[in-house]
Amino acid sequence: MTIELGVITPQTLHIEQPLTLSSGSILPRYDLIYETYGQLNASASNGILICHALSGDHHVAGLDANNKPGWWNDYIGPGKPIDTDHFFVVCSNNLGGCHGSTGPTTLNPETGKVYGPDFPIVTCRDWVNSQNELRKHLGINQWAALIGGSMGGMQVLQWAIDYPDKLQHAIVIAAAPKLSAQNIAFNEVARRAIMTDPDFHEGRFLEHKTVPKQGLAQARMLGHLTYLSDDMMGAKFGRERRKDELQYNYEVEFQVESYLRYQGEKFATTQNFDANTYLLMTKALDYFDPASEFDHDLSKTLAQTTAKFLVIAFTTDWRFAPARSHEIVKALLDNDTDVSYAEVESEHGHDAFLLRNEHYEGLFRAYMQRIISEITPLDPLIFLNQKVDK
Amino acid sequence: MSQITPEFKLISEWIKPNSRVLDLGCGDGQLLQHLIDTYGVTGYGMEIDSFKNIQAIEKGLNVIQSDLNSHDLCDYFDKDSFDYVIMTQALQVVSRPDELLEDMLAIGKQIIITFPNFGHWRNRAQLLFKGHMPKTDTLPYHWYDTPNIHMCTFNDFEALCEEKDIEVVARTVVNAEHRRTLGMSIAPNWLGEVALYKVQRKTP
Repeated sequence: MTIELGVITPQTLHIEQPLTLSSGSILPRYDLIYETYGQLNASASNGILICHALSGDHHVAGLDANNKPGWWNDYIGPGKPIDTDHFFVVCSNNLGGCHGSTGPTTLNPETGKVYGPDFPIVTCRDWVNSQNELRKHLGINQWAALIGGSMGGMQVLQWAIDYPDKLQHAIVIAAAPKLSAQNIAFNEVARRAIMTDPDFHEGRFLEHKTVPKQGLAQARMLGHLTYLSDDMMGAKFGRERRKDELQYNYEVEFQVESYLRYQGEKFATTQNFDANTYLLMTKALDYFDPASEFDHDLSKTLAQTTAKFLVIAFTTDWRFAPARSHEIVKALLDNDTDVSYAEVESEHGHDAFLLRNEHYEGLFRAYMQRIISEITPLDPLIFLNQKVDK
Repeated sequence: MSQITPEFKLISEWIKPNSRVLDLGCGDGQLLQHLIDTYGVTGYGMEIDSFKNIQAIEKGLNVIQSDLNSHDLCDYFDKDSFDYVIMTQALQVVSRPDELLEDMLAIGKQIIITFPNFGHWRNRAQLLFKGHMPKTDTLPYHWYDTPNIHMCTFNDFEALCEEKDIEVVARTVVNAEHRRTLGMSIAPNWLGEVALYKVQRKTP
């Protein structure tokens, strides 16, 4: 992996203006941590905001202080599909997150203790409203594009609905216009795993100087499972065992068990993901249903959007299957919106949106090139020279 | 302006400026782009091939990746969404041309369709005298690897139109070089190699 961007130092925006949340609660003040890559041009027309997925954060490209590459480093950088030689790319950690933006792990100014379970539940709309403050702070009147996968894709949709004139393009990847009963059910199982962990302490685990590791790991195992495809797991693990002899006990027998346990463990320990943040993010996903304010009519919901759309789905994604993207595309077509849709062949299930893939990269490159040509004003000198040549 | 194929040029002659167009199996989007640049049309392309899709997106076109056999036209588009639904050289490759035709007529006021004529004398001669499935410049495949699974003659197509209450508004019959000759206007189903049809639902 090449990391041309080098080490990136995140920045923090302190917002003193109170934010009224969808729930009615008010955050008196809050921080948003974010990273940027590339340079904002003179007309501030090349800004791109990346919205992260459930367990993602603001570190999307380059290296962090621990030399860890960003979660989408393959797609962002000089000469990459989202080319930082042309774009000013921004990614912020969502409100309620646990990587630097105000959330359950930060101090509640009113009590002097960490928020923990008292941090109010936030929604996609709240995220968009808070990110809009970041937009103003950066001096960007209109994003050249909003880009997001999975939960990030839903956030992009919310942006396009709530602030139609603040974005030129919306790239919605592996997303859905709302969660299905099955999606919500998976989230609920994950939440139960966390909340029934004896170390959860009704969310006040930090005060008890502990972490509900088991619950978090189980939640992650379940989540992770839904991001993979059956075919891909079959190809990767099959029924391969750890030992040749059957053990006839409840220890790890099959490699797939070992893999899942590792993923869960990693998430709960080394990644240091906060359990309350996990609960909150899944809840925000469950609540996401922009059409509920428009008679449950998605076409009506998207009627006010003015952005041009690129919608991408992956063939083996069953968490947010291509059919869910079709719903978005259909609603956009109903409004005669400029939209392109691609169904990328991949064996990697929902996870495919994070991974390298020739078709996916080609698409991205082509679409981003189009945005570059829109934001690059024609140089009058070149035009004159051409005339002289003739 | 980019070079366009003679077939696309003939199709363009049938398009009213500023109309709304859907191009099925749009490939790299050459026709759609030409129609947008020259006639100010708006609309979408549909294409299954990933690589061609990227080429169409590079041109700045709206393209929906979709399989013509998946019967999703009426899911995506409402009745009479387009002035023209165009499909070039694809009728013979789809699994149910008759059903696709119905779907196209549901979402478009007129449809423009082109396909090769299996009734051309060379095809007939090869079958009659050699006893083999025909192989020609327009139909260069073997019987076993051809994507053309539903070949028809002009007469067959017109019979289908008759059966389905579809009115043929215009027809252009040309040779492989997309030129018109006197012979073809006298005996199109013998001498024509490619046909362009503009059809619509019969008004009751």
